[in-house]
Amino acid sequence: MSARTLIDLPPRVRRGQAFEVRVSIGHPMETGYRRGADGAHLPRDILSEFRCDFEGEPVFRARLYPAISANPFLAFAMVAERSGELLFSWRGDHGFAHTERVALFVE
Amino acid sequence: MKPPPPSGSPPARRVRRRLLGGVLGAVLPAVLRPASATPGTAASGGALATGFAAEPAAVRALQPAAVPALGTAAAPAAVPALEPAPSLNAAIRAFTGGATLRPGKVLVQVAPLVDNGNTVPLSVVVDHPMRPDHHVAAIALFSERNPQHEVANFQLGLCSAAARVSTRIRLATSQKLVAVARLSDGAFWYGEAEVIVTLSACIED
Repeated sequence: MSARTLIDLPPRVRRGQAFEVRVSIGHPMETGYRRGADGAHLPRDILSEFRCDFEGEPVFRARLYPAISANPFLAFAMVAERSGELLFSWRGDHGFAHTERVALFVE
Repeated sequence: MKPPPPSGSPPARRVRRRLLGGVLGAVLPAVLRPASATPGTAASGGALATGFAAEPAAVRALQPAAVPALGTAAAPAAVPALEPAPSLNAAIRAFTGGATLRPGKVLVQVAPLVDNGNTVPLSVVVDHPMRPDHHVAAIALFSERNPQHEVANFQLGLCSAAARVSTRIRLATSQKLVAVARLSDGAFWYGEAEVIVTLSACIED
């Protein structure tokens, strides 16, 4: 399943220096608490899990609930000792799954 | 020269004062309500750890199951009411496993007055080092009066540079937010923030 994502990190980072990773993905995050025009509850459709791994090492994990706004945005700080590949993945209701890979340059 | 006339005629001033009174009347209860609804949690720090109110087990049991059930039209009766829920402590206890909670270290950064509860920028910062042997392992965020108390649960790996997480959340009404941090040594610390919401999320149709 495809999704629109925005992943923002510095083009180059210094070895051992902290930097911020900001991630957002297009998703309605339907809570399951809203009612549709017919009065029935709209079925829940949320992203429930986000992961960021760096070369197989877990960097950041998030478990998300309906209280996270639509188009979930997450920002966290990380540090790297070497260049490598960041792997971002989202999972959610109705079998939603999306993965993005971004190269990280450490100098 | 005569001093300039007052900016508004007396009736106009009276109207303005009445309007202001109306605004205060609307906002003040919202400010006061959370404090009175949860005695002890805001003022005395240790109260959150020790003052877990006894609650019917049925309420707790209903919580996780209620969310998937809400997807179907058959369960309108199970919609959680927007009222102060003592089950907030239960949700926090599910994260801590009943361990002692200490106030401090955790800072919930959020605007005190929020126009739109659908998208509320929020950061949680834990004042704690991130050394491999001594770091923040997880941060959980809870809301007092959303239909579901859990907001998010973050786990920080060893590549995390700082215990700082930002996101955007929904708030159903004016309420208290609680962030709990689990340290690598198993200690739990928490911080709180009060938020007033003028347009709430979740209940717009």
